[in-house]
Amino acid sequence: MNALSVRGLTKTYRNGVQALKGVDLDVEQGDFFALLGPNGAGKTTLIGIMTSLVNKTSGEARVFGHDIDRELEAAKACIGVVPQEINFNLFETPYTIVVNQAGFYGIPRPVARERAEKYLKQLQLWDKRNGISRGLSGGMKRRLMIARALMHEPRLLILDEPTAGVDIEIRRSMWDFLREINDRGTTIILTTHYLEEAETLCRNIAIINGGRIVERDNMSSLLRRLHVETFVLNLRDALTEAPELGAAYVVRLVDDHTLEVEVSKDDNLNDIFARLSTLGVEVLSMRNKVNRLEEIFIRLVEGRGTDDGRPALDTRAAAGAAR
Amino acid sequence: MNAVTTTAPLNLGAVRWTGFKTIVIREFGRIIRIWGQTIVPSAVTAVLYFAIFGSLIGRRVGAMGGFDYKQFIAPGLIMMSVITNSYGNVVASFFGAKFGKHIEELLVSPLPNWVIVGGYAAGGVVRGLLVGATVTVVSLLFTHLHIHHLGVVFAALLLTSVTFGLGGFLNALFAKNFDQVNWIPAFVLTPLTYFGGVFYSVDLLPDWARTLSYFNPILYMVNAFRYGFLGVSDVGVGTAFILMAGAAVVLFGAAVLLMDRGTGTRD
Repeated sequence: MNALSVRGLTKTYRNGVQALKGVDLDVEQGDFFALLGPNGAGKTTLIGIMTSLVNKTSGEARVFGHDIDRELEAAKACIGVVPQEINFNLFETPYTIVVNQAGFYGIPRPVARERAEKYLKQLQLWDKRNGISRGLSGGMKRRLMIARALMHEPRLLILDEPTAGVDIEIRRSMWDFLREINDRGTTIILTTHYLEEAETLCRNIAIINGGRIVERDNMSSLLRRLHVETFVLNLRDALTEAPELGAAYVVRLVDDHTLEVEVSKDDNLNDIFARLSTLGVEVLSMRNKVNRLEEIFIRLVEGRGTDDGRPALDTRAAAGAAR
Repeated sequence: MNAVTTTAPLNLGAVRWTGFKTIVIREFGRIIRIWGQTIVPSAVTAVLYFAIFGSLIGRRVGAMGGFDYKQFIAPGLIMMSVITNSYGNVVASFFGAKFGKHIEELLVSPLPNWVIVGGYAAGGVVRGLLVGATVTVVSLLFTHLHIHHLGVVFAALLLTSVTFGLGGFLNALFAKNFDQVNWIPAFVLTPLTYFGGVFYSVDLLPDWARTLSYFNPILYMVNAFRYGFLGVSDVGVGTAFILMAGAAVVLFGAAVLLMDRGTGTRD
């Protein structure tokens, strides 16, 4: 069964903006799914329709088989949502917020209290449970919204940029927490502008742009379609000019200790290292110039595709344009 | 943690009842948390009314409707505090939730709109009753309150606070800023309350003004309530209850309909 199934979904706002232009999308039960797109692409509108914060113009949507037109209560009971903006009462305590939220989903108060302790502890907010929420840091507020969304133990958790403004350490711990939830069976749909986050966490991906799904694929197969990657090599000794590695490679000297090499997916890195070694160039470390998913994303949202509508994903030009 | 991965049948009745109770508990918590804004002002106002209109001016007014003036105005003052507080509670709480976006906590939940509207209206009733009880205690410091019919007192209190709670809900739905939250109480509710027979019997008015007063819904609420205490009323008590019940039903229906359409809450 699909956790989410959307057919022909459209949304036109009163001001005439067409946010969704016929979206078809399936998310399988148990998936960790990335929904990516630039600002204004339609991600939040799509999530808003699923959670009934936005009225759709046309189309169908089902959550675990429950049609949002005919079985809205059952559909909403399956969903936990962590919105982009802080939307809890800043004058209430974290404990009150999560216990009340459970009540809105019909969870009896004694059970809600137990769950509040569990989730506030897991998200490292237990010590703050009785303080006014306004005093929480940005990261704590985000974690509180995650705890709140989990109180009714939803089958589908929708996270709309959950780690925006969160420092790296807390972001990583949130990733571990989300992986654990997903491993235990909760389907997760994640939107984020941190593409490393999507690449690290998600198994499947859809990219939405201009109100349409422009890509829907398995994460690993999408990344394999990347034709060219740019690697940054840190060198032990200074160079005055870029070494000649042959016609297959585009090499640039960024500074005297840093080289950039564009490598096609048909080439292999051993050959590059062998050539550099022959030239007496020692490599201390190597990294991708930009995240691989970022390269693909930029290409897709720029709208450059092949004749059949599939994106070429040869990022030589696109990656350069993005830098 | 134990994520739910199986389809459990949703007991809609239990979900709705728990959700309703949670909204009321949350509203009660809010009323108590800011008691200095929600409870105390009405008590202070009642003391001032009794001291000035009751004790100082009232002495010269003499009897009204066959009762001591302080006794006559006490039910009206209690009802006035119930009206303003049940209305004020819902309009402030619901608009605050819209403004702070935490209304989304309810909108994404499986609670149907009629439960949400009912929960907020019940919050208004709770505040109305709490403040009404407080003003009653204040009244007892200044005058003796005879109860003619306890059932009428409670029924009038309940219907009035439900009606004005729902009125506050509608105001909050349409309000786009805090100014619009205050317009109705300042320019509609207060004049209607003062002309609703709180301080006088409509028998004192000239014919045209008395006729006009019968179009004021608050006149019926105040008089039904006064009847419960003193056994006298300027209007038919049965008519008053039919009007109050009708108003509550119409306002509830309107609030649910507007919520279903997403007016003021959803795009």
